[in-house]
Amino acid sequence: MPIQYYIFLSLALFCIGIMGTLMRRNAIIIFMCIEMMLNSVNLLLVAFSKMFNDASAQIFVFFVMVVAAAEVAVGLAIIVMMYRKVHSVDINILNRLKH
Amino acid sequence: MDLFEILFWLLTAVSISCALGVILSRNPVNSVLFLIATFFSISGHYILMNAQFLFIVNIIVYAGAIMVLFLFVIMLMNLNSDVEPQKSRLVQLAGIISGGILFLVILAALRDTRLTGTLEKTSTDIGLIKNLGNTLFKKYVLPFEIASVLFLSAMIGAMVIGKKESSAAAGKNLNQN
Repeated sequence: MPIQYYIFLSLALFCIGIMGTLMRRNAIIIFMCIEMMLNSVNLLLVAFSKMFNDASAQIFVFFVMVVAAAEVAVGLAIIVMMYRKVHSVDINILNRLKH
Repeated sequence: MDLFEILFWLLTAVSISCALGVILSRNPVNSVLFLIATFFSISGHYILMNAQFLFIVNIIVYAGAIMVLFLFVIMLMNLNSDVEPQKSRLVQLAGIISGGILFLVILAALRDTRLTGTLEKTSTDIGLIKNLGNTLFKKYVLPFEIASVLFLSAMIGAMVIGKKESSAAAGKNLNQN
């Protein structure tokens, strides 16, 4: 299997994640799209690890997962807190810095 | 076309269509379920590349823990309805176009690279737990320890942020006294 196929696949997933981040207004969906972008990078790292026969890339994937888990814990706490304040997860309400 | 390639194309089709489902479905619960399907197909890619440890970690951590957390938060907020306000058509179109332009730019940049390796179908044993553990605890033991500190701070941070406002004010008063 040529490495190009894996590059195209993870590039497609990454761009779909970016489109979702720009298109949606729900904060949770935006957060999920960021998770999808992280996962596409993980897939590419594993493909390179198999190609170069090196285990370091898989360790990096492991650390990316660790950071993603910590990020989800803090980010969801922030979203829950925001929901308690304004009773919505719509990001268009959170534009107070603009005014 | 042997079994390996058939599985590769099948998993690719599933992952991309489910990723599109995440950003196109109106109901947030459907989005979460599509994202879980995407993660499972990515785990299938890992098993095709014989990265067994990452396969099981991806299933347990992503599909098992993180997505269940998302589902809990969505159900806690009672968001499982289709009343989410949409961005205007212009902004949605701008998002799609800018994402597509990024795709095209990277695609065009990749055409000129000399990256023409292939992944052999012979299974390598670098993705097994024994090899990864050797690498992790010999070469990368310091980042591993720092990751534990990161987890601790994330845990404390989530608890501090998620605390109720009244108890936070009470704690502040306690500190001032």
